[in-house]
Amino acid sequence: MLKRTDYLTKVYGKKSGWTLDVYERECDGYKTAQKVLTSMTRDQVVDEAKKANIRGRGGAGFPMGVKWSFMPKQTTKPCYLVINADEGEPGTHKDRTLMEENPHSVIEGCIIGCYGIGAHVAYIYVRDELHLSKERLWGAIEEAKKKGYLGKTPFGKDWAVDVVVHTGAGAYICGEETSLLNSLEGRRGEPRLKPPFPAQAGAFGMPSTVNNLETIAAVPTAFKMGCDEFSKLSALHDIKDGGVRLYGINGHIKKPCVVELACGPTLNELINDIGGGVLGDKKCLCVIPGGSSTPILLPEETVNAPDEKDPMHKWHGMSVFDVPLGVDTMRNVGTMLGTCCVTVMAEGTCPVLAMKNLMQFYKHESCGQCTPCREGSAWLFNTVDKILDGNATMADVDNLHDIANGIMGNTICAFGEGTAMPALGFVKKFRKHFEAYVTGAKKHSEATLLVETAESGATEPAKVE
Amino acid sequence: MPFELTKDREQKLAEILTRYPTKMAALIPLLHLCQEQNGFVSEDVMSFCAHKLDVPPAHVEGVVTFYTLFNRTPVGKHQVWVCRTLPCALRGADNIVAQCEKKLGIHVGETTSDGKVTLRSAECLASCGTAPMMQVDKEYFENLTPEKVDALLDKLRSD
Repeated sequence: MLKRTDYLTKVYGKKSGWTLDVYERECDGYKTAQKVLTSMTRDQVVDEAKKANIRGRGGAGFPMGVKWSFMPKQTTKPCYLVINADEGEPGTHKDRTLMEENPHSVIEGCIIGCYGIGAHVAYIYVRDELHLSKERLWGAIEEAKKKGYLGKTPFGKDWAVDVVVHTGAGAYICGEETSLLNSLEGRRGEPRLKPPFPAQAGAFGMPSTVNNLETIAAVPTAFKMGCDEFSKLSALHDIKDGGVRLYGINGHIKKPCVVELACGPTLNELINDIGGGVLGDKKCLCVIPGGSSTPILLPEETVNAPDEKDPMHKWHGMSVFDVPLGVDTMRNVGTMLGTCCVTVMAEGTCPVLAMKNLMQFYKHESCGQCTPCREGSAWLFNTVDKILDGNATMADVDNLHDIANGIMGNTICAFGEGTAMPALGFVKKFRKHFEAYVTGAKKHSEATLLVETAESGATEPAKVE
Repeated sequence: MPFELTKDREQKLAEILTRYPTKMAALIPLLHLCQEQNGFVSEDVMSFCAHKLDVPPAHVEGVVTFYTLFNRTPVGKHQVWVCRTLPCALRGADNIVAQCEKKLGIHVGETTSDGKVTLRSAECLASCGTAPMMQVDKEYFENLTPEKVDALLDKLRSD
């Protein structure tokens, strides 16, 4: 069910909406952090956070409160909160809007988060390309410091909190949490083996929690209204997927945008009610539901859950486009919720060309540490390229399965799965298109990623709602 | 002459070092500072960073070669990055790249002969809702049309 909210986006588009004045006036800024620090114990903060059922907004969907509870209760070591703002998953454009338009919600979230997990420093890792985001975050930090919200004794509480913005230097893999930690320490951004998990040995070898930027930005809102109430805003509160979040829609859509909704809208609602329908009034060919690492969904796919005990049973027989978007619901239909930013492809788009584009991305961004991923991503790209050029045999199409399966489960981090799963999605669901290039029924020169009305640019200017 | 930071950048580095528990953590911010001053990360810059932060030169080189944004060779006065990844490609990024190549008379990865513009393709720049887009130096240009690209490139070349 579509339910618009404006907890995170209230100041979006307002004059100087990113400043402390506006944040305090419009959102009761920093009152929640003050209340939490002055009236709650650390244990209470973590217990309350669990009730919010905030599933990690970075893509994996791990419950934030549970992650916080992994931090050691008593330790002599310094602990760190690390915020992942290395937004770079193709199709994802939500965190940037928060940093640019509502940076104070991030800083306030950091104060509550630091206190909850026992940290005194929060590092916000922002990709270097986002210069305006960094500027706005630093600006917010300065403003908060001046008011005494950050520093040695925030709100008079003897719990020092400092927030630092750290930048990367152009590497998608640094969005993977352990790779991010290596990058933060001044190393190559290569993922680490787990265990030890960051809560045991994270940044600088110390206990750390890594949260996505949108996750931490939602914390002040959740604590302000009471975490249980916050969770209940979601249509999926019953399956512990709570609150509100940012949804993005892009690709072949009339009104690409970022919008805040209560958790649980359907793909059809996002495409038609939020996005204004598919570009050129075409039929939808497929969508990537939450960033390029999530396997595609087709509108003609239906939910198959005849067993009444199956949690998906209430949607049995319905189109997957009518299932509420949630971490568990999407996993149950064979894909992932990911970052909640939907990429739409209209009928007429060549799925083989789309896959080639994405495989070029993965080939470029593989950190090269694990052989199956380094070689496999390049093999996937080369094979799709060969298929498109009409030089392949049917064995090459089958080979795509073998290569993808050879990557999955054989790498240190989830980048391998992130490459192999969408590749398998394309090959399984559009096999006929791949075969058509082998038989010569289709030609590379005729393949396109564009729809007629969008020759070389957006037909309607996009904006943040 | 060996590389040295300007005075104000030295001060900036001193401030950066206070942010982290280790010196090594300042490496990426320091490399950005050096590149801002020098245009690219030369051998001299790498030696300077290694010396400054007490890390092995090989470590610095390992870091520099890992990240896309560190230039190993001199680049043009302006850097144009056109996003080529799927969401932008669905909105015409390939045409934007082709237009830039034609207008500038160079291929992706090259610099114009007058040294004004280096053209590159970028992987997803988190601007999918306003595709197609390009980054010029530190600024994003979104919802591109052929006219906008033309005007932008003209401006860069006359700068």
